[in-house]
Formats: sequence, structure tokens, C-alpha cells
Amino acid sequence: MTKKKPLLLIGGLSLLAATPAEAFLAYVSNEKGNSITIIDTDKLEAVKTVKVGRRPRGVELTKDGSELFICAGDDDAIQVLDTKTLQITGKLPSGPDPELLALSPDGKTVYVSNENDNLVTMIDAQSKRQIGDVPVGVEPEGMAVSPDGKTLVNTSETTNMAHLIDTRTKQIVANILVDARPRFAQFKADGSELWVSSEVGGTVSVIDLVKNVVKQKIGFEIGGLSKEAIQPIGISFTGDGKRAFVALGPANRVAVIDAETKKIEKYLLVGQRVWHLAFTPDEKYLLTANGVSNDVSVIDVASLKVVKSIPVGSFPWGVVVAPQ
Amino acid sequence: MRKLLVLLCLAVSVAANAADTLAVKVGVLRQVHSRETVSILDIPATDDALAGVLMGAADNNTTGKFTGQSFETIDAVLEEGEDAAAAIDKFAEQGARLVIADLDAPRLLAAAERAKTKGALLFNISAPDENLREENCRADVIHVAPSRAMLADGLAQYLIWKKWSRWLLIKGSHPADELLAQAYRAAARKFGGKIVEERVYEDTGGGRRSDSGSVQTQRQMPVLTQSAPAYDVLIAADESDVFAGYLPYRNWDARPVAGSAGLAPTSWDAAHEQWGAQQLQNRFIQTFRRAMNARDNNAWLAMRMIGEAATRANSDDPQKLRAYLTGPDFSIAAFKGVRLTLRDWNQQLRQPILLSDGRMVASVSPQEGFLHQTSELDTLGPDRPETKCRLQ
Repeated sequence: MTKKKPLLLIGGLSLLAATPAEAFLAYVSNEKGNSITIIDTDKLEAVKTVKVGRRPRGVELTKDGSELFICAGDDDAIQVLDTKTLQITGKLPSGPDPELLALSPDGKTVYVSNENDNLVTMIDAQSKRQIGDVPVGVEPEGMAVSPDGKTLVNTSETTNMAHLIDTRTKQIVANILVDARPRFAQFKADGSELWVSSEVGGTVSVIDLVKNVVKQKIGFEIGGLSKEAIQPIGISFTGDGKRAFVALGPANRVAVIDAETKKIEKYLLVGQRVWHLAFTPDEKYLLTANGVSNDVSVIDVASLKVVKSIPVGSFPWGVVVAPQ
Repeated sequence: MRKLLVLLCLAVSVAANAADTLAVKVGVLRQVHSRETVSILDIPATDDALAGVLMGAADNNTTGKFTGQSFETIDAVLEEGEDAAAAIDKFAEQGARLVIADLDAPRLLAAAERAKTKGALLFNISAPDENLREENCRADVIHVAPSRAMLADGLAQYLIWKKWSRWLLIKGSHPADELLAQAYRAAARKFGGKIVEERVYEDTGGGRRSDSGSVQTQRQMPVLTQSAPAYDVLIAADESDVFAGYLPYRNWDARPVAGSAGLAPTSWDAAHEQWGAQQLQNRFIQTFRRAMNARDNNAWLAMRMIGEAATRANSDDPQKLRAYLTGPDFSIAAFKGVRLTLRDWNQQLRQPILLSDGRMVASVSPQEGFLHQTSELDTLGPDRPETKCRLQ
């Protein structure tokens, strides 16, 4: 769901020119299917389905792409999937009902929100041990780490705040009120801004990370749709930070936003109840997980057109992409 | 009055700099609900409604750690015949001018009259009466509970969507049952349902509990429902909880039951799990060792509205909270899939209506295709152009 930098840098001139589009694999969690669908982004089709724990939602890849961490909420565990063998090899000690997780930029620490006890838990990715926790607001959910790894943000859905946490001291440094039910947070790649989506409030709050205040709120209006139907969730920025894509839930659209002026350029019609988004590492495509229509929409980023719908498992929720 | 207990809320945590903490005091005024219910599952617990307030206060206090606010609950139970206005006075003496009211309509009005003189603000969590929101609407009452019309409309939309438009209406013999029947008649007119016949179930008194009651009811309900014109669904209007629970599987025709039994419209159900609701259900069950009912949920929501308004308005002044709640910036998340807001013309909370069979939530209204120029939620209950409310 978060945008990944390409993990393999293609070096050498020989690979240029006639090279076909690089093939990547997308991992889509199917909330009701209890499975992960793997999509080949070259063929734009599902190539494999892997059975995993119950109610898989948040997914993240390790930096080397060797392991996929899966929040299996109804199994109260974060499962570790070996991406080569496609076997579950273990689990991380999350609290009950994990939903979303974030990885530190160095890949060493996993941050998990525990909704039931209002805590953010820190786990050492290597030893798979808990190394700390931070009390936050009611129903912590969205998690993101700043590009420099120094700041962790957690959003609490009922408290309606973004909590900024110093990852070194494990202390909250700022609590910022946003609109109702904040579900997801994303830093710009240069660390200048933090965007927080409020599912029920229907807005995206843009947070100034110097002053730690909301400097702007982005609202959405779509002809023929009631305000209540517009529920922002997933946010992805292009690598250059110039453009943002925001999934609008049951509005069945992804908003394309000029990340500098905050103006909405376009709404792209995708599948039903769109949750999370992920770019292919080359940013050719943006994939959207559409819960109700059981598919993944493929957005061609250059033309801003939805070019394909790929059937996946039941109630797709999270999506990440990695080089094959 | 039985007694006033001061409950320092569950989450004890307050901001470290206690000197700067704003202590928000909230009164909870509860009536004693009848324990005579058709199903023993519906017998109210002693902490009915109060548990919801406490859960909301705990949530607010977690947030309050970060905002320098704490929320304290003062519980008062009104026995039969006790004066609601006196209770408002007592709350005011204790510094609680925000009151969550679990009262019937006459006592709510009495409380509202007194609240006006105290500058207090009431949150109605149980009275469903239309007149409280229309002719008798009050500026110092915010309605968290849906009205009978909202509930009836929520069910009616679903029945129309199912193309079950012919209804046999059976109402109880108490005034509240007739008011509920009126709501179903209005819903039929509004959405194109047809009430093929109306019948009355006379409450002849007596209790609900017996050791072999099913033997009799199995014979009585077919008689009550036989020889009806052709219908698609039997709607029971039994707010007094006298007979509706006996109808499913016992009515003469093989037709589903809806309304006060069978598929029931409600603002909350213990089986509701969508849109994150499971988190609230889990918290509630872990804390109170029982399931959350609609009154508990309305009470939780009222406390959350108070918390939300206190946070955003940075105040515990009832007038400032009211200004925020009725203003354009207020919206609240309540695990119903959409934001809830207040109708500014009568201070009724806009909300989806769950349709539950007691085991599962079968559907949630408004239904697809029932359109509205401002909010589809305003297809439920009287709308702005038809309101008789003049807030005072």
C-alpha cells in the first residue's frame, strides 16, 4: 500500500531500449478470502493465490522483498510469508487484531497499531521481539514512518488525532486533531508534509511537519454523489512528490491531486469500495484494491486512465508491489 | 431519587498537568425500563444505558489525555413518579449542565423546561416520539435516538426494495403502539407500501414469564393472524413489548414478520460488526460482560458527541457545545459506514437505520435508489420542508 522505491536498480546500458516492461509482483490481501492474491504486473493478471490467516488486511514487504508481513486480524497475529517459497514461516508478536503496520526505512523495526488496548507496538524485525510500546488515542489505526525514520505517525480513529511519535525516545511529540475517523497516513518522500485521510470526515488533512499543525484540508466533491459516500482511505505519492492519489472508498473513485497546489485534477472511476493503493516500482501503474467488487483496478499513471480490472479474492483490502 | 453516585470514569488517566485540565461533568438521568419483556434477552441490566455513557467517557478520557480534558459522569435514576426537573436542579448544583437523558417524552419535556432556566443541554437517547422533534421541539434538546418515523422509514425502504409492499399491520393497545402504527402508515404513504388490513392485539394484562407459555401462544397467534387479505409481510407495532415476539413462525400465513419482531429497525444491535463496529462491541463486552443494546449505544454516542464538541470547542459550556454540534463543522463516526450530522432544523442526529433479525444485521437503510438532494439520510423521517419544529 505504501509506495515502494524500486528494489532492484537496473544498471548497464544493455538493458535499455528493447527491454520489455519490467515485471513486478503485486501482493493483494483478501479480507474475506483469507488469502493473498499475487498479480504479475507485466501480464496484468493474477498468477497465484496463497492461503493465509484469517482476515488479512495490512501488508508490507521487507526491504529485500524476501518476506511479506500480513496483519491477520482474526488470528491476532502478523504472519510472515516467505515470498520465494510462499510458505508462512512464522509470526510477529503483535497484540490482538492487528490491522495495519509500518516498517522503518532501515527495515529493522516494525510498528503495529493495537486497536484493543490503544497502543502502538514496536517490534524488532530480525529477532521478532517486542521492543516497546506507546499509549495513543482510542482505536489506533493508520501508521507511517517519516523518510528519515525519526518520526512515526499513528492515527486514532475515535480520538481523531494524528499522534507524532519520536522513534528514538518512544514518546509522543505532538497530537494533531484531524477530521473524523482518520484511517491512513502518508509522508511525502521529502518529509515535508504528512497527509492524513479521514474516512468519515471525508477530508485529507495536510500537516506541516515544522509547526506540527494542519495547514490545509483537502475536500472532495463528485457530481451525483452524496458527501457521505466520499470516504478517503489510501494515499500514494509519486516518487517526485508532485502528485498524490487518494482512494475514496464507496465513492468508487481515486482522486488525482496536484500535491503542490492541492488541486484535484481528476477522479478516476475504479471498482467498488476502494481501500488501498500501490504503485509499481517504475510508477507505470497504480493498483487499487476494491473491496466490494473483488477486483484490482489498474491505473495507467502517464495517461491517468483505468486500463484494466483484475479479478482477485474475496474483499481485497491491502496491496504492495515488489520486483519479481 | 434513589441516589446520586459520582463515578469517576473508567479510564483514570488525566493529563499530567492536572491544573490545566478541564473537567467536563455530565449528568446521566435514567428511568427504570420495564423488565416485562417478551424475550428474556431484552430484560434491561441495572447499568442499562449507563454502561454506554461510561464507555463513551472512557473513550473521551483517552483523548482527554492529549487535550487536557477529563470527563466525569454523575448517574441519577428516576423512580416512577419522581420529578425530572428536580434532578436537573441537582445536576446543576453539582456543576453538570450537560445531561444525557434516558426518559420518556413527558419527563423529557419537563427536564427540558427546567434545563432552559439553567442553561443546560440535554441529549435524548431513548424517547422516539415525533412530537419532541416537531411541535414540541426544544432548543436545549439534541436527539441522538432516531424517531419512530426514522425507524419505520428505514424498514419501509427495505421492504419496498424487496418488493414486499403489501403489509398486514398489527398494533398493540397502548398509546405508544398507536404512535408507532402511525409511523408505519406514514411510511407506507411515503414509499408506496399498502397496508392491507390493521388489527389490534389487546393487552389484557398479566406477565410475560411462564413455564409453559409456548403451548398457548402457538394456538393464539394463528388465530390473531388468520383470514387476512393477501399480504407480503406482517408488521408488528408493539413498542410496549407485549406480543410481537410471539409472531414469527406462528402467524397463520407463511409470511415474514417485521417491525417490533422479526426484521426490526434499530439504531444498534449486538450483532452489528461492520465499519469497525466490532471494535466497539469488543470493548463493551470486555468491560461490562454483556452485549451493547440500542440505548447503550445511543448513550455512548451522546457521550462521544459531548467529547467531540468539548475537544473542538475547547469548552464545557453547553451553549458553545450546542453551537458546535449544530454548526457546519460537526460530524461524528459511529460505526454506521457514514458520517453522522445533526439536522439543524430540529437537532435530530442523521443516521442510518440497521435492520436486524436479532442474530444478524440483514441490511442498513437508506436503501440504494432512495435519493435526496442534500443527504440520503434525510429520506428517513420528516424532512426540512415538512417540519413543524420551531426551535425555542
